[in-house]
Amino acid sequence: MEAVSEVSGRAIPFGRKNVDTDVIIPAKWLKTITREGMGRGAFETLRSDPDNLFDSPEFKGSPILIAGDNFGCGSSREHAAWALLDLGITAVIAPSFSDIFSGNAFKNGILTVVLPQAAIDRLMEVAQTDPVTIDLESQTVTTPFQDRFPFEIDAFRKHCLLNGLDEIGLTMARDGAISTYENSARAAMPWLAATEQQMGDKAA
Amino acid sequence: MASKPRTLYEKIWDAHVVERRDDGTCLIYIDRHLVHEVTSPQAFEALRLAGRPVRRPDLTLAVPDHNLPTTARRDASGQPIPITDPESAQQLAALERNAPEFGIRLIGDADIEQGIVHVVGPEQGFSLPGATIVCGDSHTACHGGLGALAFGIGTSEVEHVLATQTLLLKPAKTMEVRVEGELGPGVTAKDVVLHIGGVLRASGGTGYVIEYTGSAIRNLSIEGRLTVSNMAIEHGARAGLIAPDDKTLAYVQGRPYAPKGAEWDGAVAWWKSLTTDPGAAYDKVVVIDAADIVPSVTWGTSPEDVVPITGTVPAPADFADPSKQDAAQKSLDYMGLEPGQKLTEVEIQNVFIGSCTNSRIEDLRAAAKVLKGRTKAPNVRWAVVVPGSGLVKRQAEQEGLDRIFLDAGFEWREPGCSACLGMNPDKVPPGERCASTSNRNFVGRQGPGSRTHLVSPATAAASAVAGKLADVRALAAN
Repeated sequence: MEAVSEVSGRAIPFGRKNVDTDVIIPAKWLKTITREGMGRGAFETLRSDPDNLFDSPEFKGSPILIAGDNFGCGSSREHAAWALLDLGITAVIAPSFSDIFSGNAFKNGILTVVLPQAAIDRLMEVAQTDPVTIDLESQTVTTPFQDRFPFEIDAFRKHCLLNGLDEIGLTMARDGAISTYENSARAAMPWLAATEQQMGDKAA
Repeated sequence: MASKPRTLYEKIWDAHVVERRDDGTCLIYIDRHLVHEVTSPQAFEALRLAGRPVRRPDLTLAVPDHNLPTTARRDASGQPIPITDPESAQQLAALERNAPEFGIRLIGDADIEQGIVHVVGPEQGFSLPGATIVCGDSHTACHGGLGALAFGIGTSEVEHVLATQTLLLKPAKTMEVRVEGELGPGVTAKDVVLHIGGVLRASGGTGYVIEYTGSAIRNLSIEGRLTVSNMAIEHGARAGLIAPDDKTLAYVQGRPYAPKGAEWDGAVAWWKSLTTDPGAAYDKVVVIDAADIVPSVTWGTSPEDVVPITGTVPAPADFADPSKQDAAQKSLDYMGLEPGQKLTEVEIQNVFIGSCTNSRIEDLRAAAKVLKGRTKAPNVRWAVVVPGSGLVKRQAEQEGLDRIFLDAGFEWREPGCSACLGMNPDKVPPGERCASTSNRNFVGRQGPGSRTHLVSPATAAASAVAGKLADVRALAAN
């Protein structure tokens, strides 16, 4: 993952609530074996309208998306995060996110910024004409008009994002602890530790 | 000193902590990893590029389900029938290549055990009470019906689990959804979870793991409990849980991967301790009276858009929240419905009985019971039953259910995800309606422009006969 500290630019004033990942990327686009090119299918139904926000000259390629409550609900497909990245979106601001989507976004270096609805309403207004800046280090969203909205973020996620850390590499460095757990679990809960035997039985 | 009372969730969590970091993040051990063809190719590719092996292939099981066509897979001579969609074929081929390369057991499309991962896991005894179970699919919540801590993950997390058999997680908040009382006639597990979705809304469970409790939940069969827990994600909860009991033990015992002998005895002793202690506190409690639950149906494009089958389509003005008013109007436009319209007057053109929510043998029996001696209405263009696995299919055929479906004008298919998600050839055409036993009524979910009404298998069957969304209780009375 690449390090990220600030996202600044035009923000798409989308505003919808309960935007599910089927809307972000319909299932027919999931038949790929790579992460690339998802932008073609991103928000496909909405973008079939020629006047849609995502392709308007004003907002095409904007790095920030402003959405309503429960953004990214539904399917666990990480393709939703890849689709946003392929559109150029590297931050989403919303009153709430689905747990799985916010995890997927984080793993791809996309900021998910939670702000109260009143702040969202104000940013939706500003976004019509002016840029928005998200600063991760200071955990604030600002506009050219003295708006300053602080946001919370998990400390570990912030650390990983700011330093571009590879979570798998971090965990692999804990290999000793994992082996220790496996050994104690094998003694305490042997039925969970050993499917090899049963799998062998099954195959035979 | 007595230890602090704990919820079921906390007991399973505590048993799986590898390491706890100062900020509260825990490295959690994963006992079972189910892999399917859609969300795994990029994870395997990343492992290959980094030269990383799969840490515990023996705890991993691969099953194709999303892309597979549900039409015949072998011709008369037993040769595979090629999949016409080249992208689907490529993705399925990738799983068939990746599984052996990384030493993972694969249940292939020609195996009798093949099916939807969330049907296969419990059926094979791969999914166990008290286990942590993940899969790159949000309906992994399903396995919580056995008392497992099971949740969906994205592809980066699939890669993380393949490489390390762990995940970095923050503990969730806990919610009890208690359903007390007896369910009325014609009211099924699906109606229970649809009703709960209407109460909690689509994001009421975000950040929580939901434990479903109460006499109405305890009285459900294991398959019914899998149906309820399956849809925890539709209230925003990553996982659902139902405490294991004697029914759970009877369900698990003797399945191919289930523990045996002394290991079985040890497992049972632990599983019996997996209940929420008296005095343990949930972060939130929601109590529902089972008597309030009737056969339910969705009218809109979010699983929270639930009404009783006896009800009418709501008007946007019925909602207090202005953003919901706007969403409701968009849903009505998409669904082609008018406020005040009776649900039982809504004509349907398609009926889908299947999906990880409702494709087990009891679901098929419930639908067949309604359809026996009846036929689908002429306006129902496409009616299809897709068993959740090859074993469910074989069982149903042994019971003669396939004949009942075929005589009623239904198609009888091979197992897979089918028309739940518009990814394989089974789709609902634009503008047409489907009474569907699946789990999501999102815009375009069953195909571009498709209009989905989520219902139970019994309601789907009754609706096929009526040609409209129907109250199964009225049909049963005839």
